[in-house]
Amino acid sequence: MKSINDPKQLLVSAIESGTVIDHIPASTLFKVIKILGLDKISNQITFGTNLDSKTDGKKAIIKIAGKFFEDDDINRIALVAPNAKLNIIHDYKVIEKRVVSVPDTITAIAKCMNPKCITNFENVTTRFRVVSKKPVALKCHYCEKITDQERMEII
Amino acid sequence: MKSRSLVSIDDLTTDEIIKILGLAAEFEKNPIQDILHGKVVATLFFEPSTRTRLSFESAVNKLGGKVIGFTDSSSSSVTKGETLNDTIRTVNNYADLIVMRHPIEGSARYASEISTVPVINAGDGANQHPTQTMLDLYSILKTQGSLDNLNICMVGDLKYGRTVHSLLMAMSRWKTSFNFVAPEELMMPDEYKLYLRNLGLDYYETADLNEVINMADIVYMTRVQRERFSDPIEYEKVKNAYVLHDHMLNETRPGMKILHPLPRVNEINTDVDSNSKAYYFEQALNGVYTRQAIICTLLGLN
Repeated sequence: MKSINDPKQLLVSAIESGTVIDHIPASTLFKVIKILGLDKISNQITFGTNLDSKTDGKKAIIKIAGKFFEDDDINRIALVAPNAKLNIIHDYKVIEKRVVSVPDTITAIAKCMNPKCITNFENVTTRFRVVSKKPVALKCHYCEKITDQERMEII
Repeated sequence: MKSRSLVSIDDLTTDEIIKILGLAAEFEKNPIQDILHGKVVATLFFEPSTRTRLSFESAVNKLGGKVIGFTDSSSSSVTKGETLNDTIRTVNNYADLIVMRHPIEGSARYASEISTVPVINAGDGANQHPTQTMLDLYSILKTQGSLDNLNICMVGDLKYGRTVHSLLMAMSRWKTSFNFVAPEELMMPDEYKLYLRNLGLDYYETADLNEVINMADIVYMTRVQRERFSDPIEYEKVKNAYVLHDHMLNETRPGMKILHPLPRVNEINTDVDSNSKAYYFEQALNGVYTRQAIICTLLGLN
């Protein structure tokens, strides 16, 4: 065990069982929380943000006790945290590592950038087909316009 | 049909397009029938489009159906703040089919998902207008005898023109070569050129109509609108470069036809109208037969 007195050690306790999501860009941490609905569950959650990362600049990390995600659920965060890595924890040990991948369709996450699109006028759930995964480009199911990564807004 | 509604030309398979065009030819031979007797078609025009509305209403009337609806949103409850969702659900009680024109893009797709009766998109903002594309295809097929191996010359505003984009996408299903004639500011967007390249179809871009007009089987003219130019001087420079005159047609192919989605402003000089290659008014008439075919196909009557 590392000492918590080590000044370089994060003050985030280990979880016995659950999921750790690492390498989230610090700037999108709260979007990830919202997309995964973590603000609406009663599990014990700890997160850290603005942590130094060798590869990502400032990163964030979330630890969720007693929670495991289906691929379809976790891939929803790929738009805002494309490099996120999941550690699945059992009995304090990492039993599986997973990465996220951009799904083929995106529902109810992104906003259509077209100001004249029906989804920006009426209460319509947005739907997109992913036409490019890197960089991400989404084609709106309704107005058929492309929303690219730069103009992407998460609802 | 994949879906009962027609929102985008991509909703139709090539076989379905051919079938509808064949049915349109039947209606051209025999346009007055009683197929729609007892049927009510609602034409919901949230923005005015007299030409399109009259064409649909003529199509329905000639087949013995009745038309209800409104001609612009000021005469409907939209002005009271009713949502599209509520309008569609209400009209579903009164009509067997909805023809809808709306300024908001994607509104027709949304309406088709709510509606219990077929929806025909008669234009949703700058997005889709599939019955225009179908009547263009019908006009091309009728005048050229085939949709294969044609040279199509598109002229004018190729950047914002919804009709040319839809026609390009539709004609790319056949072996078509395209010439794009436009001022630099209004050139065909890259995504469409990329689409053609990926399909291995040829296209050529020029600013000079005379360079390519003699190769064309179809010359598709569109309006170059002043408001599309950021610099008014640029508009003044190019506006006359994209006007078709009768003398320009001397060396063109004998079977070549000139199409235009109308309304025309000045991009086709009136001296062209009496040339046998002018086809834009017949093209509008073809719209009635094509719409008869689409309505009957969606209602499963034919």
